[in-house]
Amino acid sequence: MLRPKLAGAVSGLALLVSAASAQAEVLFWSTQAKPVEEAQAMRERVLAGAGEVDYQPNDAGPWITRLNAELEAGSGSIGVLGALHGDFSAMDPEDLVNLGDLGLGSASDTFNDLAKLGTDDLQYIPWMQASYIMAANKKALEHLPDGADINALTYDQLIEWSASVMEATGEAKFGFPAGPQGLKHRFFQGYLYPSYTNGVVRTFASDKAVTAWEKMRELWAVTNPGSTNFSFLQEQLLSEDVWIAFDHTSRLAGAFNERPDDFVAFPAPAGPEGRGFMPVIAGVAIPKTAPDMDAAKALVAHMLKPETQIATLRATNFFPVVDVALPDDLPPSVQAAGAAVATMSASADANPGLLPAGLGDKGGEFNRVFVDTFERIVLAGQPIEAVLDDQKKTLARIMDETGAPCWAPDAPSEGACPVE
Amino acid sequence: MTAATTDLVEGGANARKAGQYVYIAAVVLLCAWVLVPLYFLLINTLSSPETVNAYPKRFIPEFDLGSLTFFANFAGILTALKNSVLVAGLTMIMSITIGAPAGYALSRFDFRGKELFRLLVLLTRAFPLPLLALPLAVMFIRVGIDDTIFGLALVHTTLAIPFAVLITFSLFSGIPIELEEAAWTLGCNRLTAFQKVILPLVLPGITASAIFAFVISWNEVFAAAVLTIENRTLTAFLLQNLDTSPLHLKFAGGFILVVPALIFIFAVRKYLFAMWGIANR
Amino acid sequence: MNPRLLPYLLIAPVTLFLCLFFLYPFVLVAQQAFSNGSGFTLDNFRDVTSHWKFPISLRNTFLLALAVVPIQLALSLLMATMVNRMKRGRDLILYIWTIPLGISDLAAGIIWLAIFEQSGFLNSMMGGLGLIDSPTTFLSYSTPVMVFVAIMLAEIWRATAIMLVILVAGIGLIPKEYYEAGEVFGATPWQRFLKITLPMLRPSLQTALVLRVIMAFEVFAVVSALGGTLFPVLMGETYEYQFRLLNSGAAAAIALVILAISIAFTLIILRVLRVPKGATI
Repeated sequence: MLRPKLAGAVSGLALLVSAASAQAEVLFWSTQAKPVEEAQAMRERVLAGAGEVDYQPNDAGPWITRLNAELEAGSGSIGVLGALHGDFSAMDPEDLVNLGDLGLGSASDTFNDLAKLGTDDLQYIPWMQASYIMAANKKALEHLPDGADINALTYDQLIEWSASVMEATGEAKFGFPAGPQGLKHRFFQGYLYPSYTNGVVRTFASDKAVTAWEKMRELWAVTNPGSTNFSFLQEQLLSEDVWIAFDHTSRLAGAFNERPDDFVAFPAPAGPEGRGFMPVIAGVAIPKTAPDMDAAKALVAHMLKPETQIATLRATNFFPVVDVALPDDLPPSVQAAGAAVATMSASADANPGLLPAGLGDKGGEFNRVFVDTFERIVLAGQPIEAVLDDQKKTLARIMDETGAPCWAPDAPSEGACPVE
Repeated sequence: MTAATTDLVEGGANARKAGQYVYIAAVVLLCAWVLVPLYFLLINTLSSPETVNAYPKRFIPEFDLGSLTFFANFAGILTALKNSVLVAGLTMIMSITIGAPAGYALSRFDFRGKELFRLLVLLTRAFPLPLLALPLAVMFIRVGIDDTIFGLALVHTTLAIPFAVLITFSLFSGIPIELEEAAWTLGCNRLTAFQKVILPLVLPGITASAIFAFVISWNEVFAAAVLTIENRTLTAFLLQNLDTSPLHLKFAGGFILVVPALIFIFAVRKYLFAMWGIANR
Repeated sequence: MNPRLLPYLLIAPVTLFLCLFFLYPFVLVAQQAFSNGSGFTLDNFRDVTSHWKFPISLRNTFLLALAVVPIQLALSLLMATMVNRMKRGRDLILYIWTIPLGISDLAAGIIWLAIFEQSGFLNSMMGGLGLIDSPTTFLSYSTPVMVFVAIMLAEIWRATAIMLVILVAGIGLIPKEYYEAGEVFGATPWQRFLKITLPMLRPSLQTALVLRVIMAFEVFAVVSALGGTLFPVLMGETYEYQFRLLNSGAAAAIALVILAISIAFTLIILRVLRVPKGATI
């Protein structure tokens, strides 16, 4: 009984092995636009006119594993990579094809500089951008403290606001993405630290940083204690477990698209050193093992076309990086987030930060310093000064090992950015 | 046995009856324990996005097919389903044909290196596959079995082999060796004795290993995501990003992931508890 | 055929297979744990074990395994004996009880989060019964015991079927005559269970326990779905090092620690539940 089965299996195998050759498509290997709806929109709309493209979004694990395997084997099937700045900066620039000769780039020189990854040539092409903003259920607005302007909120007002919501409802309704997939580290690096210390690395263990963490504790006291499970605040906004939230624009989008009339988007709060905020940049790049270099370059060029950028915005809630007039019929999430980001950038006390640069593959460790500090100070209740002094050593070691110079809002440095 | 029962005094019968009720109650309770969480998944799958997010939750599905329709219209989902079934089927066949003989050897022979072999088999389960995926993928690309159903099935077979070896081992160990010896004296050689006497007895165990192999392969995401591109399995194609998707799709996707595995187990369940074992002589 | 060579012939396919698809990549990965680019070092082990989260995740992993595995063992034994005595509906009941087998840990995490989250089914149920006025947060940093219990329940729900299937297959092999003899000598059901079922079931018990314990030390997806960042476990730290910190040496080091723990427990179980070469009548 087993024998015919086996024979069938063997002949089946031969068939399967031979069937898997010939590829004409460009494989677009991405860490972005992962949610099934976004992935489908990418395939059906964004990439519709780009020839044969196989769009495959992946979790970070499979993404990097497959990529490294192809690089190590010296041949592969990935044509174009789509990922965040941080993912690319963790790579060896040697493994990416120089893209300077394509004549492509973003409208922002800052972004284009970042995309060189410390070399003289573009290693990736900026593809789309986003930021982190606040969102609130309209029910929360009546509890705003007296005199507070939602478009010019301070951290103190945010704490006060969340506290009065808590008093009125009996539940802590501020939400913060502290879950395993949550982007909490960006809140500390791009928002809390710049707003309170006007720096990130230099001021990591300063007195001002102590104040910042004290405020964080105050905020946490009025934060939904389930936040350690939250990674996409749109879910909690929709379920109304949370009324006021901080998160990535694309991770809030679902709430605005499903119930556009129930939520408002507004800028991140300000501290004594201004309104810190930070961009998110995703890029497209070509690994040196790409099977069809011309097709891959054509796809990269396609992604930067104005109409593709608009389609990408609709599909993913990431904004264009090239100059393009936005149409009026954008989804509610895009309109809300766009307005909030614009208000945030144009505010008088704006204190924009940059993405960490020059950290190479230590980017993850750099993030962990902030996450560990948060977990120890806020969750475990350890003394602030002691934790900062301890984590400071790790941070200093990372900066020394990578030699990364300071980035805004830290004052520029000669050589590695010092932890003061 | 029935004769013995009727002979019992009245009190004993009552106690037995009470015991029977406890027994039935326990069975019902345990069934509910398994089914209720699944029922919640079903409710959420058949709910509109608003209902999924609403509080309090409904306890009766509203039969909104929106989320399921979304997946049904997803381009390529059938190909992915076919790939998943192929990989799982191959994994099943390979892990049993390779694993069962080793299980038999472990139960019937004392040989040098037996403990070492057993440890090697077990270790396979004790090291996380995502770490091994990189060298495996490099090897597959170089050998040319990258992005094939067969290549992925090889990896899944590695995961399923410990189950196949150990389950068949424990089953063979439960069968008296005298039974086999009796067959030899009746003119069977080792092979025919195995076929005629042992195989029918261990069929439930083989079925159990088959179920494990199928389920392991069906649910495996990481290797599938790394090792297949064109020939993506259902999990890698659709469901590895479930945790980042909106709630209603998360549940519907989870549901789609669960159903085929349940159908498979349902289809083979009667072999799992085949009553032609020794117990039924 | 030379009977001394037969066992080696039988285990050859598995050995070859595992050498190629497990041992080879494993050696490559394990090497990374002991090197820093230039030569042999134990730095990776020192780094990972000195991180403040390591003792916590080690403790959590052990606590969870100690809490979950014994309960699962008892539960699966109970269920297996119940199924074995069943006269009607056995097929259906067994099927229902094995359903969780087909459910990936990813899907299990989604299902149980839907139960325990703030606007989830448990709160809805308690609210509906009038037990609570407003939904409670079960999974919060201020209620670590509740988080632990939630993870425990989800794990018991998900992974008991694995042991059940193995035990059911094994229990079916125990000759009914033994029980009948036991009854004749006046043994109570409990005595029969202790004196007949347990000893005869030793091979299956051993297999079920070893496989379950090894998997218990690799627990991750369900824990991360329910515990968020509150309940770090060793496997979560491994993935953190491998994919977030891109430090494969450190990841390999933790994975080796898990491996060592698994080996230790496996050896203990193998020793305690030693299986004779084939059952004897």
